[in-house]
Amino acid sequence: MQRAPLTKEEWLALEKKANDLRHLCLQTTVWAGSGHIGGGMSVMDILTVLYHRYLNLKKEDPKWEDRDRFILSKGHAGIAYAPVLCDYGWNDPEQLKTFNLTNSKMGIHLDSNKVEGVDASTGSLGHGIPIAAGTAIAARVLGKDYTTYVVTGDGELDEGSNWEGLMTVRHYNLTNCITIVDRNHCMIDGNTEDVMKLEPLADKFTAFGFNTIVCDGNNIVELCKAIDAAHACTDKPTVIVADTVKGVGIKLTAGNYKWHYGAIDEEMAKTASQDLDDYSAERIARCGKEFE
Amino acid sequence: MAGGFVYNVIETPELSTSEIYGKTLADLAKEHKEIVAVTADLATSTKLQDFTNACPDRVFNVGIAEQNMLGVAAGMAKAGLVPFASTFSVFASLRAADQLHTDICYQNVNAKIIATHSGTSFGQAGSTHHAIVDLAVARSMPNLTVICPADGYETANAVRAAYENFGPYYIRINRGFDRVLYDNEDYGFEVGKAVEVHPGTDITVIACGSCVFQAREAAKFLESADGLKVRVLNMHTIKPIDKEAILKAVQDTRRIITVEDHSTLGGLGSAVAEVVVESGKGCAFKKLGHPDKFAPIGLHEDIMSIVGIDANGIIEAVREVMHKDFELDDNWDDEV
Repeated sequence: MQRAPLTKEEWLALEKKANDLRHLCLQTTVWAGSGHIGGGMSVMDILTVLYHRYLNLKKEDPKWEDRDRFILSKGHAGIAYAPVLCDYGWNDPEQLKTFNLTNSKMGIHLDSNKVEGVDASTGSLGHGIPIAAGTAIAARVLGKDYTTYVVTGDGELDEGSNWEGLMTVRHYNLTNCITIVDRNHCMIDGNTEDVMKLEPLADKFTAFGFNTIVCDGNNIVELCKAIDAAHACTDKPTVIVADTVKGVGIKLTAGNYKWHYGAIDEEMAKTASQDLDDYSAERIARCGKEFE
Repeated sequence: MAGGFVYNVIETPELSTSEIYGKTLADLAKEHKEIVAVTADLATSTKLQDFTNACPDRVFNVGIAEQNMLGVAAGMAKAGLVPFASTFSVFASLRAADQLHTDICYQNVNAKIIATHSGTSFGQAGSTHHAIVDLAVARSMPNLTVICPADGYETANAVRAAYENFGPYYIRINRGFDRVLYDNEDYGFEVGKAVEVHPGTDITVIACGSCVFQAREAAKFLESADGLKVRVLNMHTIKPIDKEAILKAVQDTRRIITVEDHSTLGGLGSAVAEVVVESGKGCAFKKLGHPDKFAPIGLHEDIMSIVGIDANGIIEAVREVMHKDFELDDNWDDEV
C-alpha cells in the first residue's frame, strides 16, 4: 500500500519495534536451543516495516481475502517471522517457548496450515517468487488490488526456479508483486561471492526488465523509501536489493557466515541483548539525521 | 456422474483423451470464473485451445518452467483460484517434484495437476518423455488424490470431480488416441471406487489407464476361448485405493493380476499388493507393468506389447496365474 512520507515519530516507533522483535528473535533462539539467528536478524527490519507500515491487513481477520500477501521465501528465517506474527497478535507468544520442540506448531520453517498469518509454507528454497507470481496473477483475475510482497534470501537466488518466477513476474508485468532480496552476503558454506557469485546482482534484475532499487536493508528510512518507490513505479515490477548484515546487531554474529545457524545460551544471550540495544541506539543516532 | 458432455459415436473415436480433457475444462471454466489454466509451453500439446478460445484471460503460460508452473499454481490456489496446471507427466512428477510436494501437497492447496503423455504413450520420444515412475511419486505424497482415467469419458469425469472436490489432484492421462472403454460418461464414476468393466469369478484383473481396455479385451477372449470368467476392475483412482473392491476380489476369486503402463515398483500393482498383504488373506498375485528398467523407444501399442501389458500379455498372464495358486506347503526353497 502506498504511504505518506515517513515521519520521525513513525520512524522511531519502527526502530523500537524492530529492536523489540530482534530481542524476541534472540530469546526464541535461546528457547529453541538454536536457530537461524544470522538470517533472522538480517531480515528483521524488512519484516518490521512490512508488518508495521506497508501490509494492508486486518488484525481481527488474518484470512481477510483482500489482504496484502506476504511470502517469506527464505523460510529458514521462521525464527524471525514467528516472533513477528506472535507480536502482531495472530499467534500466542507462549508458542515461541515451544519453537522447534516436538509437537510444537512452530518449527524452523513455518507451516501455513498451523501458524496463523503465514501465507505460504516455505523452506525449500526458490519457491517464494513463483508462489508470489501466482497470488499476484490471482489478484488480477479476481479484480483485487492487494499487493504481494515476497522476501528472498540472496544465497537462495542460486536456485533457478527464482529466475523462472521472476520471468513470469516480468512477463505478466505484475506490478502488484514486490520482490525484496535480503542481501546479507552469506550462505551456509561461506560468503555468497565465494560459494557462487551473485554479482552484479542488481544488474541481473535490471536485465530481466525490473525496476531495481538498491538500499540499506538495515536502515528503516531507506527501506521505506525503497518500498515507496516500488509502489510509485507502475510501468514495471520492482526488485529491491536490501543490503543487510547477517546476524546484525550482535557482535558475535554480525557479518559472520558461520552464524547461519547456531546455538545461543542464556549467558551469550545477555551479552547479545546488550549488543542489540547498543546497536539500536547507534542506529537511531546515525539515521536520525534524516529528520533534522 | 450424470450430465456433462455427450459425444456422438462418430466423433468420439477421433477425440483424444487430452482433447476431451480440454473440452471438459473449457466447459467448466465457462461456468466457474475461478478456474484458470496454467501451462509450461504445452498449451497446444495439453489441448488447451478450447479453454483459450473460451476464456483467453484465464490461461497463463509460464514458459518452459515446470517448477515455476506448480509454484504459480499453488499461489493462485492460495488466493482463491482453482488452477488446472498441465504438462507432461514426467515433468509434473519429477522435474517439479519438489513443488508438487511442498507447494501443492504440503500446503494442501486446491490445485489440479493434469499430467499428460503418461506411461509410454509418447513412446517414440524415449525415456526422457516416458513417465513410468510418476504414480510411485504421486501416490506417496500426502493429501494428493491420484487418478489414472481409462479413456476420454473417464477423464471428463475425473476433471469434473477434481473441480468439485477441494484439494490437490493428480490426473494422469495419455497423449491421446486411446481406445475408448465407455460409451458415455454415465457409468457411475466415483473417486476412490473401482468400476467393474467385466464380470468374473475365476480371477480378477485390476487395471488402470489404457490397460483397462486391454484387460477387458483379454477377459472377453478368455471367456470364449478358455471358458474363464475374468473379473476386470477399472481402478481409476490409485489413491485413495478402493480396498473394498480389492478385498472382495481376493475373497471371490483368490487370484489377482494388476496391469499398468508404469513400473511394477510403486504404482497400481504395489498399491493393490499392500492391501492384499495387509489383509492377511492368501491370494495368487502377479503384477504386470514395466520391469525395473527403462522402456524401449517405439509406438505406444508396440511398447505395451513388448512389456506384456496389452491384451495378449494379459491373456498369457491369466493362464499362468490360473495354474499357480498360493501355496500352503512349508517348502520355502521355491519361494524366491
